[in-house]
Amino acid sequence: MTDVSKRVDTVKLVIDGVEVTAEKGELVIRVAERMGIAIPRFCDHPLLAPAGACRQCLVEVEGQRKPVASCTQTVAEGMVVKTQLSSPVAAKAQAGVMELLLINHPLDCPTCDKGGECPLQNQAMSTGRADSRFVEEKREYQKPIHISSQVLLDRERCVLCQRCTRFSEEIAGDKFIDLMDRSSGEQINVYRDDFFGGDGTGDGEVGDGAGDVPFNSYFSGNTIQICPVGALTGEQYRFRARPFDLVSTPSACEHCASGCSQRTDHRRGKVLRRLAGDDPAVNEEWNCDKGRWGFRYATATDRIMTPLVRDAATGELREAAWSEALLIAAEGLKAARERGVGVLPGGRLTVEDAYAYAKFTRTVLGSNDIDFRARPVRATGSSTAITEEADFLAANVAGGTGVTYEDVENAPSVLIVGLEPEEEAPILFLRLRKGHRRGNLKITAVSSYLSRGLEKLGAALVAAVPGDEAHLLGTDPAVAAALSAPGSLLIVGERLATVPGGLSAAAALADRSGARLAWVPRRAGDRGAIDAGCLPNLLPGGRPVTDPAARAELSLAWKVEPGVLPGTAGRDVDRIIAAAADGTLGALLVGGVDPADLTDPRLAEEALDAVPFLVSLEMRQSAVTRRADVVLPIAPAVEKAGTYMDWESRLRSFGAVLKSTAMTDGRVLEAIAALLDVTLNTGDVMAIRRELGALPGSTAPNPAQPAAEAARPAQPAGDEAVLATWHQLIDLGSLLDGDQVLAGTARPPVARIGKDLAESLGVGDGDLVTVSTVRGTVTLPAAITDLPPRVVWLPTNSPGSTVRRSLGVTAGAVVKLSAGVPGPILAEGAVQ
Amino acid sequence: MGTFTGSFKGFGVTFAHMFRKVITTDYPFSPPKPAPRYHGRHILNRHPDGLEKCIGCELCAWACPADAIYVEGGDNTDEQRFSPGERYAKIYQINYARCIFCGLCIEACPTRSLTMSNEYELARDSRQDLIFTKKELLAPLLPGMEQPPHPMRLGETDKDYYLGALTNPGTSVGAERAPWAASATHDASEPEEHAARPETAGTVRREGAA
Repeated sequence: MTDVSKRVDTVKLVIDGVEVTAEKGELVIRVAERMGIAIPRFCDHPLLAPAGACRQCLVEVEGQRKPVASCTQTVAEGMVVKTQLSSPVAAKAQAGVMELLLINHPLDCPTCDKGGECPLQNQAMSTGRADSRFVEEKREYQKPIHISSQVLLDRERCVLCQRCTRFSEEIAGDKFIDLMDRSSGEQINVYRDDFFGGDGTGDGEVGDGAGDVPFNSYFSGNTIQICPVGALTGEQYRFRARPFDLVSTPSACEHCASGCSQRTDHRRGKVLRRLAGDDPAVNEEWNCDKGRWGFRYATATDRIMTPLVRDAATGELREAAWSEALLIAAEGLKAARERGVGVLPGGRLTVEDAYAYAKFTRTVLGSNDIDFRARPVRATGSSTAITEEADFLAANVAGGTGVTYEDVENAPSVLIVGLEPEEEAPILFLRLRKGHRRGNLKITAVSSYLSRGLEKLGAALVAAVPGDEAHLLGTDPAVAAALSAPGSLLIVGERLATVPGGLSAAAALADRSGARLAWVPRRAGDRGAIDAGCLPNLLPGGRPVTDPAARAELSLAWKVEPGVLPGTAGRDVDRIIAAAADGTLGALLVGGVDPADLTDPRLAEEALDAVPFLVSLEMRQSAVTRRADVVLPIAPAVEKAGTYMDWESRLRSFGAVLKSTAMTDGRVLEAIAALLDVTLNTGDVMAIRRELGALPGSTAPNPAQPAAEAARPAQPAGDEAVLATWHQLIDLGSLLDGDQVLAGTARPPVARIGKDLAESLGVGDGDLVTVSTVRGTVTLPAAITDLPPRVVWLPTNSPGSTVRRSLGVTAGAVVKLSAGVPGPILAEGAVQ
Repeated sequence: MGTFTGSFKGFGVTFAHMFRKVITTDYPFSPPKPAPRYHGRHILNRHPDGLEKCIGCELCAWACPADAIYVEGGDNTDEQRFSPGERYAKIYQINYARCIFCGLCIEACPTRSLTMSNEYELARDSRQDLIFTKKELLAPLLPGMEQPPHPMRLGETDKDYYLGALTNPGTSVGAERAPWAASATHDASEPEEHAARPETAGTVRREGAA
């Protein structure tokens, strides 16, 4: 009875003769919209602050001398509004504004990418005059200029609505573009040397580009989507199609765990572009450039279209029929079953495919040796007996944490650990920023430095030497203060697994402070794979493998004999790799895993070489397929239906965009299982969904929290430092292969060092620094950053900095530092 | 009896027709000459320097009620220029198995690139051959024209091409009368024979109607 619905002050007004009740402070244009009255507009966007820049939405308000812009006018009691539908004054004002907007708008609609879906075209037809009284020559600018490798700006077409600049400033926080100049020369542009006292002429002409700051925002694609004219266009979609050519399909993004809803447009069997979908609960109307433009991997030339088997005579892979390849795979796995088969499905699977792997491993292979985590799951060099992350996921994440985007936006305070939101979960970053902009969300981050992304969130930094996070979570007063307010959130990233005791400390902190805990992985399939049972200690539905009642429940649902499902936790990814390398395992079944993502790529590749039988389910040629005995091609996300589970545990279902004969992982596994006399029933997405829906809820008690000891960070000495590292959003990931235009907007890889290291090495900004281990070296230009003493940061997998492959270590490890390039022989390589 | 006189009546009609004017045409020995604005197969015209007029805007494809036109735009670069301006048609196809010769496409064309010739001999022996590509559709190079890609010869920018349109004929002169007919392999359509042959009945009747 204490629940009182929030009292909302309302006002009554009349629009076009109809009385309507509106919330106090609402904009006239929104109220009209709700009533079904479309007022033409360009600058107005529901998610951006009102600007009143284009003046297209003029309406007549009784008592006002002149027409007013309905996109900035808030409602008032007794207001009488007449739109263009009932007022000749408003209609004439709108037609006049349109005439003014078109004075300088070029007549190049035939060449313009926006033609056919252009608000300016549409509204010029609906509310403009049939002719113009302005016959003078139009203003001319240099035709499209690249403001980043991906985004083109045509200033002639711009109507100065400022949607793009307002988006960049308000939503993304990347103020790379702005209004420049005055009067009729006013234009949108990036910051150029011309305008900042460089050697440019200041005449607005584009110089040689030296000193320009390109529009390298991770969210730049959204400005193209919201541009109401064709002023901003994308290089990738340029001149490729017209809207009437395209078939649009709602889809979900396959890149990160943010779970964006998208629209995929294809023409003649080829995906041409992707747009952000409108899902207010998740991505609102935005997405990141990686999700928008990173789809060309599916049409790469190294796509595998037919099964490959290793020819006994030549030892080379050769094309084979499905029946032959499946039979070889089935027989090989059957023969290896006694010794054990490790399954590495990878983190890019749909829930349905992950479930197929989980069921296949348990029922066909009779094993729990399955782990979706294709990344370091523990600190470099720590014992593989520690199962901290798996325990943490079982106790806290499986079944859902209940934290949603809305909770993030409305929380009083958020503590982020082991996560760089802008790089690893961009849409979560946008939501955090929304809360921050509103002024009610305090953000604290435990990280090695205050990155630009964290700066844009106004985050307070709890500086941590990598490896020290667990200790800080337990003792730091700023950490405790950040979670003191009720409703606070603790968001941990998957990287915290590499800190000994980190996840244990996070769980304990959440317990102690009452804050709710959320876990954010990096890949789209990671979260779903946990609930689908792709962990060595968890069965589908978050059931612990060690719980006999849970196994009995599942045996009944799967119609298998009791006793078929093994009752002990299996090997995790590190142990599967180790067991394969030392010859314990008889076979490996590998999905979309790049060995370079694992803790030690060299060991992983040795394991793939050493294992007697290797089955690879892959889409494109990879380090795994080259070593495999049988390669079975599977469908990319656009050619299959499925569901991703985002970090909130929200299901993001999508249908197939393209018709294709490519098979899902589930269907391939079902075919192998059938040859081994097991009915897997995972061939059809709908069948899996039915089966998952019919699974009874887990009745198993929640597993115990992990209690790993917090370790102190490594103590570097002499020329050593502790390595901090994380992935950049646009990097060398295999789903971004071959897209040079998108790669051009990546942040340049740098080695970040503190002042102390810079002084002791004698380097300044931009000088080369070499980071080395016994394995190898990484040489990058230095960027002097405010880092804790003796910490060096490297991007994990960017051009010139493949930390795991080159150095064989992960965050928290001790590395050697030196100035310049490593040695005379390597130096030549570095210059090339 | 009735049968006997009846057949004479029938033969009588046939016989009487032998003295009437012939209205069938002597095709293909003397192909009829259609009206000047007859909707025949299309031409993609060129600017006087040989650059293509088509900018790949797809308005023709948009206007087409039979979905016979397929266009894919491409990006002109300074090294590879096919038309003035930013955009050209990388792929241009008209499917004459679908085309209904309504002419809406040429009305839609903003650059007067697409026009129709009087050529009507479009029968082919496979469906594939009925899909005409740029290779078939582009107007032939006239003297003074240069095969693209090449830089703009008639001005600095694309505007010079359009503003200077007074000296820039609407269509490629000579292309309307199907120059490919000369090299075509169909029977007995030598130009000199055209002239030698009398007007056909169809032509005569059309003149009479006018």
